Amino acid sequence: MHSHSTRLALVLTLALTGPLAQARDLTVVGFGGATQEAFDKAWFKPFAAQSAKPVVQDSYGGGLAKQKAMVESGNPTWDLVQMDQNEMELACEQGLLEDLDHKQLKNAPEVNPEAFSECGVGAFVWSEVMTYDPKKFGADGPKSWADFWNVQKWPGKRGLRKQARMTLEIALMADGVAPADVYKLLATPAGQNRAFAKLDQIKPYIQWWETGAQPLEWLAAGNIAVSAAYNGRIAIANQQGNHFPLIWQQQLYSMDYWTIIKNTPNKTASYQLLDYILGAKAQSDFAHAIPYGIVNSKAIAAMDEKTASALPNAPANMKDALLLDTPFWVNYEEDLMNRFTRWVAQ
Amino acid sequence: MNHFIQAYLARKAHVLFGLLMSIFMIAPLLAVVPISFSSGTFLSYPLPGLSLQWYERVFTSGPWMQALSNSLWVGIASTLLATLLGTLAALAFARRNLPAASGMLGLLISPMIFPPVISGLGMYFLFGKLGLTGTLFGLILAHTVLATPFVLISVAASLQGFDMTLLKAAAMSGASPVRAFAGIALPIIAPGVISGALFAFMTSFDEIVVVLFIGGPSQRTLPRQMFDGIRDTIDPSILAMSTLLLLVGIVGLMTTTWLTLRAQRNARQLKEQ
Amino acid sequence: MTEARFEYGFIKVGFTMSVSSIDAPACVDTLAVAHYQSSRRKRWVSMLLLLPLLAYTCVFFALPIGMMFYRAVSNPELLQAFPTAIRTMVDEPAKDSTALPTDRVFDALEQDFINAPSNAVIGEAARRLNYENSGYRFLVMNTARTYRTPLANPESQSARERLAAIDERWISPQVWEDFRRASPAYTPYYLLAALDLKQTDQGVAPVEESQRVYLDLTFKTLKIALIVSLLCLLLGFPFAALMVKASPALQVLLFLAVMLPFWTSLLARTTAWIVVLQDKGIVNTLLLRFGLIDHPLPMIFNLSGVYIVMVHILLPFSVLPLYNVMKNIPPHFMRASASLGAHPIRGFMQVYLPLTLTGIGSGTLLTFIVAAGYYVTPTLVGSAREQMLGYFIAFYTNTTVNWGMASALGLVLISCVMVIYLLAARLVGIRQIAGLR
Repeated sequence: MHSHSTRLALVLTLALTGPLAQARDLTVVGFGGATQEAFDKAWFKPFAAQSAKPVVQDSYGGGLAKQKAMVESGNPTWDLVQMDQNEMELACEQGLLEDLDHKQLKNAPEVNPEAFSECGVGAFVWSEVMTYDPKKFGADGPKSWADFWNVQKWPGKRGLRKQARMTLEIALMADGVAPADVYKLLATPAGQNRAFAKLDQIKPYIQWWETGAQPLEWLAAGNIAVSAAYNGRIAIANQQGNHFPLIWQQQLYSMDYWTIIKNTPNKTASYQLLDYILGAKAQSDFAHAIPYGIVNSKAIAAMDEKTASALPNAPANMKDALLLDTPFWVNYEEDLMNRFTRWVAQ
Repeated sequence: MNHFIQAYLARKAHVLFGLLMSIFMIAPLLAVVPISFSSGTFLSYPLPGLSLQWYERVFTSGPWMQALSNSLWVGIASTLLATLLGTLAALAFARRNLPAASGMLGLLISPMIFPPVISGLGMYFLFGKLGLTGTLFGLILAHTVLATPFVLISVAASLQGFDMTLLKAAAMSGASPVRAFAGIALPIIAPGVISGALFAFMTSFDEIVVVLFIGGPSQRTLPRQMFDGIRDTIDPSILAMSTLLLLVGIVGLMTTTWLTLRAQRNARQLKEQ
Repeated sequence: MTEARFEYGFIKVGFTMSVSSIDAPACVDTLAVAHYQSSRRKRWVSMLLLLPLLAYTCVFFALPIGMMFYRAVSNPELLQAFPTAIRTMVDEPAKDSTALPTDRVFDALEQDFINAPSNAVIGEAARRLNYENSGYRFLVMNTARTYRTPLANPESQSARERLAAIDERWISPQVWEDFRRASPAYTPYYLLAALDLKQTDQGVAPVEESQRVYLDLTFKTLKIALIVSLLCLLLGFPFAALMVKASPALQVLLFLAVMLPFWTSLLARTTAWIVVLQDKGIVNTLLLRFGLIDHPLPMIFNLSGVYIVMVHILLPFSVLPLYNVMKNIPPHFMRASASLGAHPIRGFMQVYLPLTLTGIGSGTLLTFIVAAGYYVTPTLVGSAREQMLGYFIAFYTNTTVNWGMASALGLVLISCVMVIYLLAARLVGIRQIAGLR
């Protein structure tokens, strides 16, 4: 019996002292779905082919938890990561991201200077807009967030993203607040209460989505009648034979960023991929794959009219548009997200 | 007379209830199988036609095969480790001379009882400190913890009918302890060890919560891949994978049933001797 | 022979593995001392066999859970960011809780801001302070940002004035009271919050009405677990009874019905139910086609979906212990009671039911424990309202990185489970829970 224990000890020691981690392939992480498919088509696949190095992909639903855990454990498993602007700012503050070194990016001069931030560079401009099931309402559909709340005239379930950010803004705009005043109001307890009270009015009608694909699937399946959704997802769904309208009025838009995880062993490769992404051809390929705004000025200037008009930042689409206020959300997100999550569960 | 009719009806109702419950338990699992052979993308009947496209997609797509390989590696490694640890412990319990044995057993099977979300959270803290989050090795260690109770219980159950004095008898007739163990105890506990190992493998192979907490992109297991698929878009390729997992389940069930029957036969023979 | 005798001696005091092992012959003991020594040696061997698993379980299971307990009360953020200010505050306490701290505390705080080891440390402290009152995050981060560039202020100003110039909240007593409350190395904050309580100047008090949520959440979790385990008992009892007395062919079917789902991947089962129950799923399509309904019935992504899928998953946990007990009840018991003229219902209540109590106990308690900890299934087949404690634990861990809150809710869940586990251990025994007879 003793020999068993010794053997066990031996096996355990061998297992524990064995190689814990070997060299890892470049790992790039996005929010998944149609956008990541566009990344893959326009950026990752061509880059992998060109550099003859594999690009591993992962997806996540936002948040800082994974990044924080991997940086603190000193074992980063991600390299290049897509992040919301406010989460990037928070992560940057908490030391989870590499400071962006412009010198490593040959294509940097072609990039719109506003797209650069301390810890990241703009990946694309996206927008959350309203859409609805044309089979239910035809041409006479809802036209504003106030209409979104009108469940008598346009009956049926409503799709909204299950998070405080964007949802509270939509609630205030639906309550008649002008886009310019939304954040002033939302910074006050009274404004926050007003937003939640407005949401209370249609709470039983709301079906919360968590991934960008869900609202369009639910619209197509007839589960919901009206929804907020990402413009790129709607465009992709329409390419596949649907006819969901994009209501650009009162759209909410923002930029997502590429960031590099602190102390990653693949820093050089990350910059190489990032540089490839920022190139004019890669940028143009992306905008053709999915209608999200791009950051390379050369590519923007060379874009054809049809592609450009489908982007969130096309002038015709900017009426009453609301730019997400990143400093506001950096300061208030955790608080409002906690309240929102509790409110949703009640 | 009335009494008998009542009893008769009650018996029939009972059988009917059993049949309905069997439909409830089995039918949903089988109902999705044909859809995985659909030539269309809809998840309902009638099927537009038959094709193997979804199986082809599952077997040729990088993520699914990567996930399958991760699951197999983690499953096999943690099964080996858990089987070793669990079998030794079961033997210790079978010797019936442990102090505080009941409390000890309570502790050792608690990974099976405790909510996985708790184990996952705790391991997230510990493995983070040890740099084991986002590694296959970490996942193996974690799944081993969750799997050991099943091996322990399964082997202990197979030892229930085993008379430890037989080992002593063998020792007295001159056999070395290892020889006595291999010759007498091993054949008895083998079914228990094998079914314990199967349980352990299925525990790891089907584990999702701890993976969500401590797994990274390179440790994406099959359940993790399916979890994302269900949340994102259910298409027939998930059903194709489900069908394969159903087959795995059937094989597992058949094997353990066979092993149990064999163990019972062994025990009977032993008693007759 | 002597060794065999010893084994027998220990069966009575030690852990009885099975009844059949008492078959060992009992002899009269003559060499007590030798036996004593040999038994000690044997005990060591047993413990050595047990040691690997015991050590493994302690390191990779008990230790992590211990770390979770620690995280629920640990509060290092402010101490790491402002060590000197907090030390000075302890050395020179303010006169009363409404008074501002001494100038030396302000000096120390300023030095802490200037000498901060990293932005990350300040960021963590800002987050922590923000739990006391939202708005403090900005206060701390803005102050830190100001100190990152060399100060332009004249030397004549004191640290207190410089801090007040950056943000006048630094000279508000409320801020300092909250600061003091958030500064110790250990805090009851998270545990209290998990019970909808908070610390105030006057002691512990319930949080505002609109913020109360976790007690409800705990009740909701227990309610769902209770209903699921009762449903499992209600369906499982007659099912298990049928398994015992059915014809062999039916028996095979019933066994298959319990064991096949048990062996099939949880995710595969969940997928199957979604496909079967969703609006355009199999059941609704059939019902619509036969004209039984006009609109699809909402059966999934709501409470009914959670119950259906959880019962499907947990039914084997309640059926198998019941079956194990029932198959050992001799059928002639019921026949005897009937032949004595007892009504079947009375016979059932007075003879059959009492004999199945251990099975009912262990099955139901086990189902309840497993159900209470559910996280993945409600996430996939429930709506926002059906989320249980597990969901919030994962939310705080994986979304907002509030490890303290996740751990405190984990503690609430663990307490509920432990109470039931210990109750079960007391009522039916650990071995019964483990499925060992």
